[in-house]
Amino acid sequence: MLSRREFLMAAVATSAIGGIGMSGQWARAAARQELSEADLLDMDGYGNVTLVHITDLHAQLKPVYFREPSINLGVGDVNGQPPHVTGKDFLDLYNIEPGSADAYALTSDDFVGLAQGYGKMGGMDRIARIVKSIRAERDANTLLLDGGDTWQGSYTSNMTQGADMIEVMNALKPDAMTGHWEFTYGADRVTEIVDELPFSFLGSNIYDAEWNEPAFEAFKIFERGGVKIGVVGQAFPYTPIANPRWMFPNWSFGIREEDIVRNVQAARDAGAELIVLLSHNGFDVDRALAKRVSGIDVILCGHTHDALPEPLLVNGTLLVATGSHGKFVSRLDLDVREGEIKGFKYRLVPVFSDVITPDADMTALVDKVRAPYEDELARVIGKTDSLLYRRGNFNGTFDDLICQALLEEREAEISLSPGFRWGTSILPGQDITVEDLHNACAMTYPSAYRSEMSGKTIHDILEDVADNLFNTDPYYQQGGDMVRVGGMGYTIDPNKTIGNRISNMTMLETGESINPEQNYTVAGWASISEDVEGPAIWDVVEDHLKKNPVVALEPNRSVNVISN
Amino acid sequence: MNISRRKVLALGAGLGAVVLTGFKANIAFADEAKTQAAIDAFANGATVESGKITLTAPEIAENGNTVPISIEVESPMTADDYVQSVMILAEGNPNPGVATLHFTPMSGVAAATTRMRLAKTQNVIAIAKMSDGSVVMDKKLVKVTIGGCGG
Repeated sequence: MLSRREFLMAAVATSAIGGIGMSGQWARAAARQELSEADLLDMDGYGNVTLVHITDLHAQLKPVYFREPSINLGVGDVNGQPPHVTGKDFLDLYNIEPGSADAYALTSDDFVGLAQGYGKMGGMDRIARIVKSIRAERDANTLLLDGGDTWQGSYTSNMTQGADMIEVMNALKPDAMTGHWEFTYGADRVTEIVDELPFSFLGSNIYDAEWNEPAFEAFKIFERGGVKIGVVGQAFPYTPIANPRWMFPNWSFGIREEDIVRNVQAARDAGAELIVLLSHNGFDVDRALAKRVSGIDVILCGHTHDALPEPLLVNGTLLVATGSHGKFVSRLDLDVREGEIKGFKYRLVPVFSDVITPDADMTALVDKVRAPYEDELARVIGKTDSLLYRRGNFNGTFDDLICQALLEEREAEISLSPGFRWGTSILPGQDITVEDLHNACAMTYPSAYRSEMSGKTIHDILEDVADNLFNTDPYYQQGGDMVRVGGMGYTIDPNKTIGNRISNMTMLETGESINPEQNYTVAGWASISEDVEGPAIWDVVEDHLKKNPVVALEPNRSVNVISN
Repeated sequence: MNISRRKVLALGAGLGAVVLTGFKANIAFADEAKTQAAIDAFANGATVESGKITLTAPEIAENGNTVPISIEVESPMTADDYVQSVMILAEGNPNPGVATLHFTPMSGVAAATTRMRLAKTQNVIAIAKMSDGSVVMDKKLVKVTIGGCGG
């Protein structure tokens, strides 16, 4: 845990180069619960460049509830460092009042009560309002950058293969983007879209697998406020490992640090005075990268869905984390002179949908792209008495529901649900609609498989995923959470090494230990293999809800975490 | 619809094993002794130093059956000072020897790219012998993973 004193020192270090912590301003207004749009948007322009960052929208066109994690462990050097700080520790670290609007936006404590008070967050029409207001003030200085995971994650994006998001984003007019889940629409679809995009799709780390040469534009130079800005794109390095490689077999990814170094230098050689890495690496990977590679001024972080009220300064690089699902927009004003940042001013703008006026043009466009599907989106398929959410290292209630549906509908002994970090929340007492369900599982490889696995194979899978999450070298982390389990429990010690973290695997119903030699019937979804057979996961959950129309979940105690 | 036993095997057990054969949760260095013996034989009594040689390999293999790696050795590549050979080893493969590349001053640069099969998570080693008999080494841990579940 970073102590308050250490944090203050870090804050002093950042303001030493001209930074002014802005989070306090809206924190105070929010504490009085008198938020106005001006409180959220007004910021005296500073310097000559304004970077506006959005990331990991996961195709959420409308405002949503999204509960941040209560458990987000960091291992090794980053234990207790942001973003691995949750709940009260987070509030203490950033001096946020419990129960305030920013406490609601940034943490999970008392989520249900605060959600009822502060309402939904996000929505593309609110985001459009923020972007337009910044551009109205300083269009010639502003660069809008999208960190990716934009085209996937909703019923409509899945039905249109991302076309709804592309139409909406084209209207928002970002200057560049990078990607991750975008690639799960397959190479042909991605190529077709990228060829038509009115802005750049950047990926320094995407290679043609056959010829081992760059497959995408690595960086682009923009000029804003008289400053040449080199934006290097970094797609999610482990896309072909975490997602089905067969969908884009000719593209190879990887961190490819040596290429970032090369492209940063190439951008400098081309006259760039400011280097921005538009990254989908994940926060810990970006922090490690900032320590190892110099010459990057700003990293706009994505993938791991962290929202931090202030940038983190690492080895002279500012790391900005803008959250997910449209909850936040980052605005970073920079004073760039003589090829370096002389000072900055930052604001993580929380997109409170009841406070920010929707942009009418964008509302109309969002309604237009959703119109063909409105009836199906609104169709009620159940109701929940429990809060349904996904985020957390080990489980989330939405996955408890999915795991239960898999066990019962697929007649399995054990169920597995991937540790995705996308998916919105539903408050107790709310109906569950088709839209809600698809927000938790809309994807292009939804088949729910049913197969036999030995206890040893299940153990190997848990160990493998745990190492993707808890390897002490961030370059070996993939950025998801633990695979969720149904029907079984286990003990995990995140601080151990691969092969040694998972123990006490037990069948919950009988209390019997899971035998490495015995085979168990396992149901799961989102297999990255080709030719997986089984019904789509949303059909499995809907069938389950037909038989069990009111969701009431018991607290999940199946994972025992050893922490020190 | 149920998946037949055969299909499951072909799939690699459900979650989608990228590399089913030889997947081990533990990093196995069963052939460490063989690897060390190969290094000793190559070094021929010289002290193995680090630096000058760069091995580039992915942190996590996308496909363990064909992992791209490249090596580059800093050297003027003149008649008096050049890289004679570079040996590439995969510490955890049943047979660690992957390739030995030979260079002459005529090569101009001591650099090469190749692909290799990795049976499991392991260190890949590149070791170069200079014309004066000195030896330099670089190594990198390449993880072979089941995959899936990222998000």
